Amino acid sequence: MRPILMKGHERPLTYLKYNKDGDLLFSCAKDHNPTVWFADNGERLGTYRGHNGAVWCCDITSKFLSLRDSMRLITGSADQTAKLWNVQTGAQLFTFNFDSPARSVDFAVGDKLAVITTDPFMELTSAIHVKRISRDPSEQTGESVLILKGPQGRINRAVWGPLNKTIISCGEDAIIRIWDSETGKLLKESDKESGHKKTITSLAKAADGSHFLTGSLDKSAKLWDSRTLTLIKTYVTERPVNAVTMSPLLDHVVLGGGQDASAVTTTDHRAGKFEAKFYDKILLEEIGGVKGHFGPINALAFNPDGKSFSSGGEDGYVRLHHFDPEYFNIKI
Amino acid sequence: MSVSTQNPTQPKLRWGELDEDDGEDLDFLLPPRQVIGPDENGIKKVIEYKFNDEGNKVKITTTTRTRKLANARLSKRAIERRNWAKFGDAVREDVGSRLTMVSTEEILLERPRAPGSKPEETKVAGDSLAKLSKGGAVLMVCRTCGKTGDHWTARCPYKDLAAPSEGFVDKPTASETTAAAAGATKGTYVPPGMRAGAERTGTDMRRRNDENSVRVTNLSEDTREPDLLELFRPFGAVSRVYVAVDQKTGMSRGFGFVNFVNKEDAQRAINKLNGYGYDNLILRVEWATPRTN
Repeated sequence: MRPILMKGHERPLTYLKYNKDGDLLFSCAKDHNPTVWFADNGERLGTYRGHNGAVWCCDITSKFLSLRDSMRLITGSADQTAKLWNVQTGAQLFTFNFDSPARSVDFAVGDKLAVITTDPFMELTSAIHVKRISRDPSEQTGESVLILKGPQGRINRAVWGPLNKTIISCGEDAIIRIWDSETGKLLKESDKESGHKKTITSLAKAADGSHFLTGSLDKSAKLWDSRTLTLIKTYVTERPVNAVTMSPLLDHVVLGGGQDASAVTTTDHRAGKFEAKFYDKILLEEIGGVKGHFGPINALAFNPDGKSFSSGGEDGYVRLHHFDPEYFNIKI
Repeated sequence: MSVSTQNPTQPKLRWGELDEDDGEDLDFLLPPRQVIGPDENGIKKVIEYKFNDEGNKVKITTTTRTRKLANARLSKRAIERRNWAKFGDAVREDVGSRLTMVSTEEILLERPRAPGSKPEETKVAGDSLAKLSKGGAVLMVCRTCGKTGDHWTARCPYKDLAAPSEGFVDKPTASETTAAAAGATKGTYVPPGMRAGAERTGTDMRRRNDENSVRVTNLSEDTREPDLLELFRPFGAVSRVYVAVDQKTGMSRGFGFVNFVNKEDAQRAINKLNGYGYDNLILRVEWATPRTN
C-alpha cells in the first residue's frame, strides 16, 4: 500500500479520530489547530482555530441533532480549556474553562454528556468532569454534572462505559478505574498483579464497547472486559506503547509507540521501532509491522469500516493507510 | 476484467499493413466485431471473426463479466459533507502547498516471518557456517587436530591441548585468547568493549602504552627497530620499540616510538638524544603526546 502523507501540523501529533461514517478524520497536535481531513484522499477540509496551547484530544458527535451525524467537535487543550466547535464551519460554539490543562474528552452515547479530564497543576489534583451538552449552543453552560477526584497523577484517558452507566479512566498511576457515572462512586479498580506496571498512555474501546484495549509504557497492551474489568489478553511488545487501536472488521489490534521522544536522536531510526505493530487479537501472535514514521507513533485510529487506518507521529505527519486486498486474507 | 471496446474492424487498409502481410490480409472480408451487453449481471459478449492459419474463417466469442470491485457505500450525510466548503487555514491553501502527498514508497505490512515457515528454520538459515557444516563436510579439515568434517580450526576443542604452532611469533595476549574463546562459543562478532575482560581494555590499555613513550622523528629510512633499541638501551630499560613502516613500500616512514620502563630514563634519553646526529640526520626526540581522540 502507498500511504497518504498529511503534513498539516507543525508539531507532534497527539490524537486521531474518525467520525462514525469514517469519511472524516480529525487530528490533534501540539500546534494549536485541530484539523479535519477527508479520510479517503487525505484532502484537508479545515482547521479549528482558537486554542492557545497543545490540543490533546478530541471527539465527534455521532447522533447529535436528529441523526445528523458529525455536527459537533469537542477538543481538550493544554490552554486549560475544552472547546465545542461546529464541525462544518469551524466556528467556536462554547469554551469550558478549567484551572488546569484538559487532557481527554469523550462524548457519551447519544452525545448528551461529555467527560473531560484535567491534569494535576499547581496544587490542584487531576479530576474527571462530566458536562451536559446542550443541543442549542446558546443554552450551553460550563457547569459540571459530576466531578470525580482521587487518582494520583495525570489521567490520560477517560471514556464512557456500556450504556453510559460507567466511566472508565486510566493514567499515570497505571490503574484502570471504573466509576459510576450517576453517583461518582468508584466501582472497580484493576489490581496490581494483572494490571499495567507503568503509565497507561492510551485506551481504545471496541466498536461494540464490550471490551477495551489499553497501552502502557511498560511495553505491553492489555485487553479488558468493559463491565467486569477482567483481564482478557496481554500483548507484549519490545517498546513503550503510546497508542493503541482495534480493527472493527478483523480480530486485529494495532500498537504504536517507540522510544521516548527525548531519546530518539541518540539511536538509529531502525532501533527506535517506530512501526505500527499488528497483533492477532485472540492468538496474541504478531501479524506484522507498518513502517514509515521518523519518530514514535503518538496516535492511531482505525477507520470504522476497517479498511484503512491512520497513524500520527512525533514527526508531525499523519499517515493514512488504505489496506491492500491481501491484508484481508492474512492467515497466521 | 473488462475488455475495452475497439472500433469495428477498419474497412480501410493502411499501406504499412499491406506491405507487411504481402497483400494476404483479407480482414475486410470479415463481418464486423459485435459487442453484446453488458447485461444486468455484468456479462458482456464480444464476437470477433478471424482467419486462422489455414485460411478458414473462425468465429471467436469472448464472454467477460464486469464487476464493480469496491462498491463505495457512502451515506447521504457523507456525500453531503464531501461538498462542504473549506474553512480555517484550508481556505487560503494554495495548490502548491502539497499538504497531502501520496507516499512514493510502497509500504508493506511486514510479516515477522514468511507465512508458513517455522521460526526455527529461519534461525538455522541465518547461520551460514552451520549451513556449510551440513553441506560441504569434506571442506572442513581442522589444522590443529587434523580431524575432517567435524569442526573448523578456530573451533577446535583440542586447541589448548595441541602444541603451540611455530608459525606464531607474536604470542596472543591473555585478553585476546579469552576473546577468541568467547567468540568461538557464540559464533558471532563481539566488539572488543563487550568481550570478557573488557574492563581492562580501552582507555586503560592505551594509557599503559602511552606511558613514558618517547617519539623519535627524522629517522633515516634505513633505521630499523633493533637500531633504535641499540640507541636507546643505554639510558634504561626499554619496554617497546616501534618504527612506523609504510605498508606498501616496506620503507621506514621516518619516525618511531620508544617506551621506557622508568620515566627518568626517558627524560634522560630525550635530553641527550634530541638534536643528536644519527645516520647523517639530526634526530628529534620528544615526549609522545597521547592522541587527542
